[in-house]
Amino acid sequence: MSPTPSTHSTSSTSPSSPLHLAVALDGTGWHPASWREPVARPRDLFTAGYWADLVAEAERGLLDFVTIEDGLGLQSSRYGEPDGRTDQVRGRLDAVLIASRVAPLTRHIGLVPTVVTTHTEPFHLSKAIATLDYVSTGRAGLRVQVTARPFEADHFGRRVIPPFEDYDRPAVTELFEEAADYVEVVRRLWDSWEDDAEIRDVATGRFVDRAKLHYIDFEGAYFSVKGPSITPRPPQGQPLVTALAHQSAPYRLVGRQADVGYVTPHDTGQARAIVAEIRAEQERAGRAGQPLHVFGDLVVFLDDERSAAEDRRDRLDALAGEPYTSDALVFAGTASQLADLLQEFAEAGLSGFRLRPAVAGHDLPAVTRALVPELQRRGAFRTAYRADTLRGNLGLDRPANRYAAA
Amino acid sequence: MSKPLKQIHLAAHFPGVNNTTVWSDPEAGSHIEFSSFAHFARTAERAKFDFLFLAEGLRLREQGGEIYDLDVVGRPDTFTVLAALAAVTERLGLTGTINSTFNEPYEVARQFASLDHLSDGRAAWNVVTSWDAFTGENFRRGGFLPQEHRYSRAKEFLATVTELVDSWHGDEILADQATGAFLRDAKAGSFVHTGQHFDIHGQFNVPRSPQGRPVIFQAGDSDEGREFAAAGADAIFSRYATLDGGREFYADVKNRLAKYGRRKDQLLILPAASFVLADTDAEAEDLAKQVRRQQVSGATALKHLEFVWNRDLSGYDPEGPLPDIDPDLGESHIARGRAQVRMYRDPLATAREWRELAAARGWSIRDLVIETGNRQNFVGSPETVARTINEYVQADASDGFILVPHITPTGLDAFADQVVPLLQEQGVFRADYEGTTLRDHLGLAHPDSAGQDQRAAS
Repeated sequence: MSPTPSTHSTSSTSPSSPLHLAVALDGTGWHPASWREPVARPRDLFTAGYWADLVAEAERGLLDFVTIEDGLGLQSSRYGEPDGRTDQVRGRLDAVLIASRVAPLTRHIGLVPTVVTTHTEPFHLSKAIATLDYVSTGRAGLRVQVTARPFEADHFGRRVIPPFEDYDRPAVTELFEEAADYVEVVRRLWDSWEDDAEIRDVATGRFVDRAKLHYIDFEGAYFSVKGPSITPRPPQGQPLVTALAHQSAPYRLVGRQADVGYVTPHDTGQARAIVAEIRAEQERAGRAGQPLHVFGDLVVFLDDERSAAEDRRDRLDALAGEPYTSDALVFAGTASQLADLLQEFAEAGLSGFRLRPAVAGHDLPAVTRALVPELQRRGAFRTAYRADTLRGNLGLDRPANRYAAA
Repeated sequence: MSKPLKQIHLAAHFPGVNNTTVWSDPEAGSHIEFSSFAHFARTAERAKFDFLFLAEGLRLREQGGEIYDLDVVGRPDTFTVLAALAAVTERLGLTGTINSTFNEPYEVARQFASLDHLSDGRAAWNVVTSWDAFTGENFRRGGFLPQEHRYSRAKEFLATVTELVDSWHGDEILADQATGAFLRDAKAGSFVHTGQHFDIHGQFNVPRSPQGRPVIFQAGDSDEGREFAAAGADAIFSRYATLDGGREFYADVKNRLAKYGRRKDQLLILPAASFVLADTDAEAEDLAKQVRRQQVSGATALKHLEFVWNRDLSGYDPEGPLPDIDPDLGESHIARGRAQVRMYRDPLATAREWRELAAARGWSIRDLVIETGNRQNFVGSPETVARTINEYVQADASDGFILVPHITPTGLDAFADQVVPLLQEQGVFRADYEGTTLRDHLGLAHPDSAGQDQRAAS
């Protein structure tokens, strides 16, 4: 794979660069007591209308994309095992299907479902995301996730995963290496059809030019896949690949395979250090010249007064029985204060943010109706969608096909 | 007193990867763009059809060691298209073929349960099996499955998916904001399955969906396949769309139901059927001939003959006589990834029969393939087609048909506009949807009530 020179390098971001914004959708919001808020609609969680409304709200705010959380087990407050709790949202729908269900109802916003690489097939996933790109006419992506949860492995019975301790154990590192191979397979399958493979040549009776269909012949430590894809190359060529990363193994995955990495710095010093580490991994992977966005993840409580946001957070913490903690920084304050913080982080090298609304029904509209106008006033956010595709809105070119003869 | 008229069930199969689809027709559109699927689905819903049907492919077909390039090649992912179609339709059932060999029950169960939620109860699964290493080369599992295990795995797969979706009973979610009780029961979705093919346990994470379970279709034709369907399917996607062949199959399968404690109306027989419409019967016959010639080019005819001969026949003239040489009786190698190859179990006999037939009628290779290949099932004016379909259904050749047009995506339009109103006038097809779920359209009981019947009976 040769590095593609790009005019959209994001490795340096000046304070005046427009920010990119995404929101992470998960149930009724990221705070475990969020479902108890009057705006939360917990009984609608398993309906299409609920998700269509949230994504429409995000599109109203001109956001780049939404991510949709997923998992192959029941949610748990403990990482490695079910917690047996009945006081929090449990159960969820398949994120790829939610994204696809919403796609025909929206026009501009990117749709980035979470996909678990540990127990699924890259061939199925590749055609699913390619198809999401077709049904959304160029707005599809995916968020790669590994799972080291033993109880989720038990749902598949194919492999035994020992109890989880920390990310840097070899068993977990292997899951990330497998994920990198998985994404490599997915990306090769997207390229396995050249863009003009379908010829419909009535004179010779040939529907496709088989010279433009390619076996990917992937052989790796975890699986092998022959190809080509069953689905023609999707509208974006390569839909957006994203991943959340907190430690070295996932930073390597982002450096090797992602278009957008989500990271969780708690101050600008950390942000600088993380960006430097990801850039080093990117360079090691031979992708130094390629665009790679690093987005900061933040949980947000947004209100007109900081005290109101803090009070709301405290009230939800009291309902949950414990203070909410997260891998990401938990912000409680006003849109203007959040805009200040985002601009500070941007100076440290982040090119955008994925905001996790603490209460989807409250904090998502606060993002679209207060934060976005505030950033627009500062000239730091778009006032209209600029492109037809998700890659286009992120300033990413449509990649050349790796198999096409130059 | 005469028997009351049966109500006809109609569904639409999106035309795809086979030589039924005439891609060279100027009217033929994209088989990939979502707008094609949306047009097709909206037409089917406008016609009040029960459901739309999508086939599946997991490896591009090959012949003579090369990717087959004469038919439509490529298709989108089944689940993803069906979920998107749920957004542009309101009542139409959404049926997808999903392979039970190269998937895992937990994942398929949550995909179908999710689709059923996102479509308000319109999801159906056509369960198919595969065992070949050729397809397996695209999957982690590879080609591990011996052919004799394919039904045992399929049966256990279906049983496991059913256990998973039944693991939520429907009353677990309280979501009581005042008291803070989201779940009634911390064990919601608990399951344990131990069997020959799957050994899994834990908690399923999709709550019970509107239909409880997806509607189950089955497509196999062997004795084992028929038993599998009689034991647990809601509908059979069959290939017997002729009057006599259909009646025989229908009687055979319906008679198998009693031993599983099931009534004859609990399993619908729905053959795939093609059609050609024109203003008059004579015009339709002419059009049908043209369509058959478009479907079977000279090159396509030779490739079709290779399924039987199991040899490269590219040197033969498709407008000339059949090959003198006999088929290669070694292991089938020339065509891979095609279901049709298995239809010719005695290649020597088939070759002899075809040669005699062609010699007697003066047919070329291409004529032979056209004349012995899949004929259009219903050819004629709208009146003729409506009358014939009704006759077949009333004669118990089927409970209805899954129509496969030969043009993408507009091939259903004329049927919807011209044939459906005639069936409605005759009182054998609904004027509007009476229910909201696919089970409602098919007249199938909700599994929860059926389950209560069973529990009461046992």
